[in-house]
Amino acid sequence: MGRIYGRDVVYFAKEAVRLAIEDAGLQREDIDGLLINPGTTPLGGFAGLALQGALGLGDLRFVNSMNMGGATAISMVQFAAMAVVHGLANYVVCVFADAPLREGRGGSAAYGGWAPALQPRGLSELYLAYGLFGVNAPYALAARRHMDLYGTTNDHFGAIAVAERQWAAMNPLAQEREPITMEDYHNSRWIVEPLHLYDCCLVSNGGVAVIVTTAERARALRQPPVYILGMGQGHRGVLSRPDWDADTVTGAAISKEIAFRMAGITLNDIDICELYDCYTYTVLVSIEDYGFCEKGEGGPYVADGKLGPGGTLPTNTGGGMLSGYYMWGMTPLSEAVIQARGQGGERQVPKRDVVLVGGNGGILEHHCTLVLSPHPS
Amino acid sequence: MTEYKKPVPLPGPISEPFFEGAKRHELMLMRCLSCGAYRLAERPSCPECWSDDYEWVKGSGRGSIYSYVIMHQQLHPAFADDIPYNVAVVELEEGPRMVSNIVGCGNEELRVGQPVEVVFDAITEDCTIPRFRPRSD
Ligand SMILES: [Zn+2]
Repeated sequence: MGRIYGRDVVYFAKEAVRLAIEDAGLQREDIDGLLINPGTTPLGGFAGLALQGALGLGDLRFVNSMNMGGATAISMVQFAAMAVVHGLANYVVCVFADAPLREGRGGSAAYGGWAPALQPRGLSELYLAYGLFGVNAPYALAARRHMDLYGTTNDHFGAIAVAERQWAAMNPLAQEREPITMEDYHNSRWIVEPLHLYDCCLVSNGGVAVIVTTAERARALRQPPVYILGMGQGHRGVLSRPDWDADTVTGAAISKEIAFRMAGITLNDIDICELYDCYTYTVLVSIEDYGFCEKGEGGPYVADGKLGPGGTLPTNTGGGMLSGYYMWGMTPLSEAVIQARGQGGERQVPKRDVVLVGGNGGILEHHCTLVLSPHPS
Repeated sequence: MTEYKKPVPLPGPISEPFFEGAKRHELMLMRCLSCGAYRLAERPSCPECWSDDYEWVKGSGRGSIYSYVIMHQQLHPAFADDIPYNVAVVELEEGPRMVSNIVGCGNEELRVGQPVEVVFDAITEDCTIPRFRPRSD
């Protein structure tokens, strides 16, 4: 993962699947389920189900291509877990791969969201006439509203960026490992005000795959199993309704409820958080919606450094997508698995009994939750 | 006259009255004939009551800034000279929110909750789009 050029998206998907199979101590023939989260790269073969053929996986029993943005990775694992528990498949591989970066072009070119030929049509595309392009701006609109409603400041966002970079410094796979200070944060250029450069995630080429199987089968494999204690989803309908407040309230509150009940845990049980961080703001609002603090208190809550190394709520311990690598929901998920296994090396958090993973998709529209643990219950 | 190089919106499947209204300097909204809810979306059904019956009515053109951002990125070449420019979400008095620009004040004067009123900008001979300016009352 990272700034890797000259490889196509099928290569990244294949490599991720190959490494995951090897890591588990399985054979390619053991895989009988495949869930795919295509990224943005419009390449033949990976637009969806054709990946099965490209990977040479025959006679599968459970396949789908899924996409609700950054919430997909966790959703794939949830569907895979239900499939293996009910005997639809034995080993389901869930894969994300993307290759939006081109050599010599910046990350914004990869995700700018502007096609020169596009002629906006109707009310749903009217925003293009006003110059609202890309995905940074809608998140910035949400962040601005939060700042206005609750007094959240750029210092609060900066605390998240600085903490994640501290974690990244200890992650050999991280794209950005140079430490940054709060001053660096404030000096980083505006992207879409109120978001600085360091408020926005990286862009990466690469792929990540995870294999889901039953607890019993997992115990016979090469790696220590990571158990799913609980899972849930939360989706806030984004319509033009007066009561819509999706900017400052996400689906995490809904998602958490069922996941925590299934896991039989409370917030106090959580040792490590891996939260979707396309922007610093997303981390802040997720922390509020999971209930770590009151709505609106996210800024002061994160400002004391508790998310960073040595803090009381270690969060995005690989540097997240702000400093680590941008593999959509696979970034928090893969780091959660690494931490739960105790394989985090220099950045390993000592207490790792319960790991919370959150995925956010769309413009704060979709949320999925997993509660993971190295212990079966 | 120099050529207008920014995106020029065309009416969608049901939004012709909005664009025709803008040419007359009227901000047109969709109103559900069943429950009376207003909406402004390329969507034939009312999200509140699922009725497919609606009418286009002239809105007050008044609202307030729900949120706003300052764009510093150049993602479209025709906006290069405008940077930094604002994009705002305006919450209309009738309920719907729409993306637009705030004109008639500096970016540093923008604030959430600022009362605004519609103004109309004929960007080409065939297309007029609504923008908003601060109002004091
Ligand atoms: Zn209705």
